[in-house]
Amino acid sequence: MRSSTPSIDPLEATALRPIQQRSSGFYLLAFALVATALWGVNALVFHQWRNGLQVTGLNCPVFWGVYITNFVFFVGISHAGTLISAILRVTGQEWRRPITRMAEAITVFALMVGPINVIFDMGRPDRMLNIFKHPNFNSPLLWDVCCISVYFVGSITFLYLPMIPDIALLRDRMPHRRFYRILALGWKATDRQKHRLEKAIVVMSIAIIPIAVSVHTVVSYVFAMTIKPMWHSTIFGPYFVVGAIYSGIAALLIAMVILRKVYHFEEYLKPEHFRRLGFLLLTMCCLWFYFTFSEFLTTFYGQSPEEMKVFYGKMSGDYRLLFWGMVFCMWTTFFTLTLPWLPLRTPAPLRAPARVLRPILAIAVVAAFVAISQRAGTMTTLAMDLRMPLPPFLERSMMAIMPIAFVWSLLPYLRNNPIVSSFVASIFVVIGMWLERFVIVVPTLVNPRLSWGVAAYHPSWVEWSLTAFDFAGMVLLFVLFSKVFPMLPIWEMREGELAERSRFETQRVIMDRASEVPA
Amino acid sequence: MPRWGMVIDLDKCTGCQACTVACQTENNLRPGSVEESQRGRIIEWIHVLPVVEGEYPHVKTRYMPVPCQHCDNPPCTRVCPVRATYKNDEGIVAQIYPRCIGCRYCVNACPYTCKFFNWSQPDWPESTHGGKSLSAAHNPDVSVRPVGVTEKCSFCSHRLIKAREQAKSEERPLRSEGDFVPACVEACPAEAMCFGDLDSPGTAVSELSRSHRAFRLQEELGAEPKVYYLTEG
Ligand code: SF4
Ligand code: SF4
Repeated sequence: MRSSTPSIDPLEATALRPIQQRSSGFYLLAFALVATALWGVNALVFHQWRNGLQVTGLNCPVFWGVYITNFVFFVGISHAGTLISAILRVTGQEWRRPITRMAEAITVFALMVGPINVIFDMGRPDRMLNIFKHPNFNSPLLWDVCCISVYFVGSITFLYLPMIPDIALLRDRMPHRRFYRILALGWKATDRQKHRLEKAIVVMSIAIIPIAVSVHTVVSYVFAMTIKPMWHSTIFGPYFVVGAIYSGIAALLIAMVILRKVYHFEEYLKPEHFRRLGFLLLTMCCLWFYFTFSEFLTTFYGQSPEEMKVFYGKMSGDYRLLFWGMVFCMWTTFFTLTLPWLPLRTPAPLRAPARVLRPILAIAVVAAFVAISQRAGTMTTLAMDLRMPLPPFLERSMMAIMPIAFVWSLLPYLRNNPIVSSFVASIFVVIGMWLERFVIVVPTLVNPRLSWGVAAYHPSWVEWSLTAFDFAGMVLLFVLFSKVFPMLPIWEMREGELAERSRFETQRVIMDRASEVPA
Repeated sequence: MPRWGMVIDLDKCTGCQACTVACQTENNLRPGSVEESQRGRIIEWIHVLPVVEGEYPHVKTRYMPVPCQHCDNPPCTRVCPVRATYKNDEGIVAQIYPRCIGCRYCVNACPYTCKFFNWSQPDWPESTHGGKSLSAAHNPDVSVRPVGVTEKCSFCSHRLIKAREQAKSEERPLRSEGDFVPACVEACPAEAMCFGDLDSPGTAVSELSRSHRAFRLQEELGAEPKVYYLTEG
């Protein structure tokens, strides 16, 4: 296989095509992303830094808002890669090979974007280095700084190591690009080099798992270490880690679906990959529900007045639309991943009207959802008005039926199509997890223990611009990366093929021997 | 070492907010605008908190002046990443304005909502008399906080420095009551507040803080506030 001329090798051709060719679509996208990012920079430099944080919607007592939400969200997304690819590597899942590079790249770029939000949030970013001059290691923020820097260095290494042979390949193919030569570190694929590299990758994959877990644990500690109602919770560590992996897988799936389409990776990213990752997503979805349920039930059952203020703020107060929106997203994810497996069939005579009705139904469901959550007091909790007659009960059951109806209306597109279903589910996960982070950060601050007055928080355009900056920046970095380095790990996929082949060979030899015996 | 503390008698407090105004001038607090007030960005180191109790028709409103409680076990100082807030030997919880990075972690950690953030550069309006800026009336003993840092009640610790020097010049020890008095306590027309060393026997604060009427806000949190309240009735 090695002896075949490299230009004919289909894997290499597919993986290198995005690097060798640039379409006008790429330039257009890059332009749009750069423009969005520059708009964010403008908001930051010429508005926020010039006028202070008064340009945000923050106030007393809502001292943290969208910036901290974005920080938690993006650091969560960063669990996509490294953790997933490390776990799959350690457990020797062969199917992981084509997706590891994308996963690890997402990690690195999410980690570049996430922590910047803490700087956006600072009143005095010019004094940032005080964190190193006068560190207080009792502060959870310092724990964050430590864990995130270690994770950042670790995940860059983890991305880089398996990429060395691919960079060497690029060096051989495009000798005019200097930096490939530097980055390839003189890789010649000798046995010694290979042995060392493989060892290093194994060590890194094992080491990175606890580091990744520690990162989102200490991010949750920033909240959990205070005695704020509904922040001060012992399950926040694992709850945040689960949410992080959950949103991370979703981000990875979205990237996979798009790259598959745009870069024509169809042959390497098979429905099988989406099905397996979809199961992983479903598992995390269930875990997420489990943690959320435990968290809210514990609060509700305890009935401590301070916590109940926050609780009702989420259930039926100002944040009900966001809270129930989050629940809606997560249930939609759940049903998107499970309903297509059920042997449901629309009876033949109904199929034609159903085709028309389904999209209308889907839109109607979302509209009804918004309408119901907008109305005050309807989403009150289970026990609050159990004595009430039917209508509120009906509305509550609507909340459960809605995601089912929504997914059902999309069902024909999802059935037997793990790519579309995992894509739809992932979009809902990403939205739902952003809402989750927001609903954790803000309602607690709106309802402090000792409040003086009614508090509210409406993010300003500056905050939304910087949120757009985050998303655009991360996608831009990812797209640029995909234009410089192969998104399919060529070397690793070949190694996998070789290993497969040799295993097959050994098996055949054994079989041959076995068949020889009686003869 | 003294342990400075305050006692506020709610029976005497009329809710007149003289303490708030006195603090405002003493500590160079920025004059807030209507817009800032509407957006919840007013800074008042001591604010008079209306506490509404009971349900209609048995409603009762109490007024509670709330300064920083100068907790003995402060939740706010632990979390500061740069040690810009700390408790000194005499129990006063202080801020280091030039070091604060404005992360507002301590603000969130305070269960009494008594830390404040400078959302904008302070703006000192021109005075109508003589065209001088209001900043000409600043108390020179207290630094003006720049944009982007956290501030809070300091128990007027600049007055402590002065009182100590005064005592030194008079060649006597600092008295545990009377020498060092924060501006709010001094200004209270109803004499509802008293201030002094909680640990030295015989001072009014140490007596009153042990009276059966004394309580502290959210005692169950274990922050050990050094501001005591005397219940009404
Ligand atoms: S009342 Fe708040 S700001 Fe004052 S010492 Fe206690 S925790 Fe800190
Ligand atoms: S706002 Fe300032 S004082 Fe408060 S924790 Fe942050 S750096 Fe420390």
